[in-house]
Amino acid sequence: MARATDVLAEPLAPVPEPEPPARGLTPREWVRANLASSPFNAALTLLIGAGVAWALYRLGRWVFVTADWAVVRVNLRLFMVGRFPADELWRLWAAGYVLVAAVSLAAGALAASMRRPVAGDGEGIAGDLGGGRRRGGVARRAATALHRFWPAVLAVAVILSFTRTVVPSLGTLGLVAVGVAAGALGARLPVRLRRWAWLVGVAGILGGLQVITAGDGGVGWDDWGGLHLAVAATIAGIALAFPLGLLLALGRRSSLPGLRVVSTAYIEAFRAVPLVALLFLGNFMIGFMFPTAVEPPSFLVRAVIAITVFEAAYIAEIVRGGLQAVPRGQIEAAQAVGLSPVGVMRLVVLPQALRAVIPAMVGQFISLFKDTSLLSIIGFFELVDVTRAVTLQDAFRGQGLRPVALAFAGLIYWAGCATMARESRRLETRLGVGER
Amino acid sequence: MATTTATGTRPPLWRDVRVLRVAFQVAVLAAVVAFASYLYDNLRANDVSFDFGFLDQQAGFGIAYTDLRPSDTVLDAMLTGLRNTLTVALVGNVLTLVLGTLIGIARLSGNWLVRRAAGVYVEVLRNIPPLLVIIFVNSVALSILPPIQDANEFGGLLVLSVSELGVVSLADGGNAEAFAVLLLAGLVAALAVSWWRRRLEDRTGAPAHQWVWGGGLLVAVAVVGYVALASPVVLSHPEVEGLSVVGGARMGLPYVAVLVGLVLYTSSHVAEIVRGSILAVPRGQTEAAGAIGLSPVQRLRHVVLPQAFRIATPPIINQFLNLTKNTSLGVAVAFAELLRVTNTVIGNGHPAVPAILVAMGLYLVVSLAISLVSNVAHHRLRLVER
Repeated sequence: MARATDVLAEPLAPVPEPEPPARGLTPREWVRANLASSPFNAALTLLIGAGVAWALYRLGRWVFVTADWAVVRVNLRLFMVGRFPADELWRLWAAGYVLVAAVSLAAGALAASMRRPVAGDGEGIAGDLGGGRRRGGVARRAATALHRFWPAVLAVAVILSFTRTVVPSLGTLGLVAVGVAAGALGARLPVRLRRWAWLVGVAGILGGLQVITAGDGGVGWDDWGGLHLAVAATIAGIALAFPLGLLLALGRRSSLPGLRVVSTAYIEAFRAVPLVALLFLGNFMIGFMFPTAVEPPSFLVRAVIAITVFEAAYIAEIVRGGLQAVPRGQIEAAQAVGLSPVGVMRLVVLPQALRAVIPAMVGQFISLFKDTSLLSIIGFFELVDVTRAVTLQDAFRGQGLRPVALAFAGLIYWAGCATMARESRRLETRLGVGER
Repeated sequence: MATTTATGTRPPLWRDVRVLRVAFQVAVLAAVVAFASYLYDNLRANDVSFDFGFLDQQAGFGIAYTDLRPSDTVLDAMLTGLRNTLTVALVGNVLTLVLGTLIGIARLSGNWLVRRAAGVYVEVLRNIPPLLVIIFVNSVALSILPPIQDANEFGGLLVLSVSELGVVSLADGGNAEAFAVLLLAGLVAALAVSWWRRRLEDRTGAPAHQWVWGGGLLVAVAVVGYVALASPVVLSHPEVEGLSVVGGARMGLPYVAVLVGLVLYTSSHVAEIVRGSILAVPRGQTEAAGAIGLSPVQRLRHVVLPQAFRIATPPIINQFLNLTKNTSLGVAVAFAELLRVTNTVIGNGHPAVPAILVAMGLYLVVSLAISLVSNVAHHRLRLVER
């Protein structure tokens, strides 16, 4: 039941939409068909059109005239990285480069391994069919990428428009270039190495962490803030929750009643409570869960533990959906060729199940990214809390600037989530989830 | 395995699947128990209290818009918080369903502008954290609403001010309870009558107008009852008196912010479910319905919507559950829901861990109740195939 629910809660397959100026329709005919097909429709168009026009006017006026964006411009660094010392900012850039390179490499390899074999190396008709879309000049490809990632591009452009020097823009361009190059490299990895590309991703995460924290002047994660904290908490939460969730899913599907009961109880219990409550509980309780001799973990570690425990229950349900989608015949065939139970799971079931749940996992990643905003409730200097803090500064106090700051934070969240959601939908179509 | 048993030689214990299965389960359960007892020992060693006696002590604070007094117990306070949570959840879920359905249908409209406007609504709202939406609503309201002295009054229907809002509501004009009982009886009778007409229609094939009969009966009962009981319910109009709103349904700004924020956020998800469910009904169904001569409205009413409803119900209940859990975000705008009350209790010096455990237990009960409804609905609505 949960599977049906989860799958349906996700965006469904794209709908063929009757797009504007379809060939053979004059603008006049198009308006007729799409805006005024009946008197009722014409009235609706006028009514909604007036409403939309008014809303757009108010919004445009607010964004470009009324709102005072100085509060964002002055505090841009707080929004991005919290109270990270300015002298050590290079660490974040370096970590960003390491992370982007490693993750792009892994993603490129993963994408290549999932491409239908015909499109990968075929040269004939199949190659043309699959690869035709990829060719084209640099400008064409840039335009395609722009169309694909426009929410992120928009947000980055807005953020950069608030910077005062050219360094951040150059740094961002470099990031994009490294990402594209690493992705292309990953896609060209020999098949033998592709299987281990995810290790590069993990190494990239750990390496980035080292770059930020290690050595003289390193900044420990307890002092992180802003968008940086949100992203770090999301990555940490998913990365840590995934193994636990996988085990729980296997436990819930297991034929051993003892395992099943424990896993099911865990999953249902943690899905039933709000994350905020869990964060509070973790705050108060996790410190005491360690022997008295051990120094209690920092608040951020507690929060990440609470997030992990919570996310694992959701990931377990997603993975369970994938496990259920693997046809029985696959398992029987694997058993017939003499694989051990572990071998059946590792070589036959899991690869198919995990591939099928990638879009849903991206969805969970989005949902966790949104949930990191809750960190502001338990006292972290996270994006939402930054919007509170900046409106308390002497220069901006009592001017009703909270909506301005929130709008900026909202744009960042929106861009991140919308981009990932679009990618998830693309993947869903490409993997043919729900079609097989 | 079967062959080895048949030949009478049993494998060594560490390779016998039957033994391994039991041993593995015992090991897992032992690990769970060991972990739990380790945690408990550490909690005891750290002097974490598991004493729930504080629930009977005096709360020491009141909650606006409820009848909680400082002299009431902590348990009363937490239950009042739970009631606030459930109020937002109930009102919010109803509004979400209505708004989400409208927008979901609008996304499928033949009108380009309507379709696009609904699409923008969905794409914007569902990609922003609900917490941010709530705080945004709250802070925008704080900056545009007038102070209570010059509140905006809309002809006794609506009062808007920054400290308090009022909406016209129904109030007891004497005999309201009797009227409610009468309406309930009328509703039961109306359902019975429409069921009877439905049976008649099924049997004879002649249109039996079940909705006209049932609805008519209900309206008739309502009108007669209203007259006979001498206007049992009256409209209560909100008005500003001094520094507060009098009459109508009075609400604090935090409540409105949580409600509006959650409805905006969750309705974008519900809209996607509604749209997806309608699209998920196979095209052949519509075409077949057209082929047997049903009109577009009949096709929707009798063929598409019943099937879409079947698909949409479980995920929509899931969204109700999400909205209910998200009421806990009210803590950020000082709305006195369960978690906020729990925090206040802890702030007053009561033990933290048991207080949060009580709150989580209450959330668990509410969530499991909703899950139960969802499971029942799922089983009732499941397609029974051969």
